[in-house]
Amino acid sequence: MTNPGTLKVATPTDCEIVLTREFDAPRQMVFDALTKPELLKRWFAPHGWSLAVCEVDLKVGGRFHFVIQRPGGGRTGMRGVWSEIAPPERLVHTESFDDFPGESQITTEFAEQNGRTTLTIRSLSPAKEVRDAILRAGTDGMAECYDKLAGILAASARPSAQG
Amino acid sequence: VINISQRLDATFAALADPTRRAILARLTAGDASVLELAKPFGISQPAISKHLKVLERAGLISESRDAQRRPRRLEPKPLAEATGWLEDFRQFWEASFQRLDVLLDEEKAKRKKIAHGKKGDRR
Repeated sequence: MTNPGTLKVATPTDCEIVLTREFDAPRQMVFDALTKPELLKRWFAPHGWSLAVCEVDLKVGGRFHFVIQRPGGGRTGMRGVWSEIAPPERLVHTESFDDFPGESQITTEFAEQNGRTTLTIRSLSPAKEVRDAILRAGTDGMAECYDKLAGILAASARPSAQG
Repeated sequence: VINISQRLDATFAALADPTRRAILARLTAGDASVLELAKPFGISQPAISKHLKVLERAGLISESRDAQRRPRRLEPKPLAEATGWLEDFRQFWEASFQRLDVLLDEEKAKRKKIAHGKKGDRR
């Protein structure tokens, strides 16, 4: 397997999330993987999560609809409308979740150099609460969260408990 | 309704104190009464009660129903929010993108095969 770039997640303002990740493939391939349902279904959502619904009407004004199925049985629905489609460079679409109000704007850019692609996904939410809800949407209900807690706590508290 | 950033402020303020962090660490091992919590720290029961009140207000602990001992119990949710959600978000996407790496490798291999097999036979 090729060396995967490590994902960077930044929150430059209260309403933004910026994801940056490098891929060892030309940008047209990355663009396709992010917009074609048959490819999206093969990679999006890890660890037993899956895309139960994946509909993409890739045209300006066209809609997409995803339903993420959690291993525990819960579902998260998200949908949006494409406002800019410039393959293989740029995509702009709205995004909202069925579980909470607020519509964010997502700008996705694909920059290619020497056959490698840098993917940048920028999410702009109307309010911090919406942005935070997006950050938690992928992880809400994950039991691992709670399992990890005891370990994190014990590790961070031990030195001061003795001091 | 308290929003998430107010809740995080309360969580971090409560965690700023080493005794309170030690109390939480003790509670990860199981519920404990005020007396049991006071013992290892060598401080008075009223002092411990004060710390417990701060932790309780931050939603980090709660009082169990057992009326006699009134043991305190750890409430993991605020801490999961404070320590976990940004990192969990990153891990969720990184795990997805690692699957995308595999997919891209497969697609590249497929293309190479097609290009190889169709030499001089361009579609």
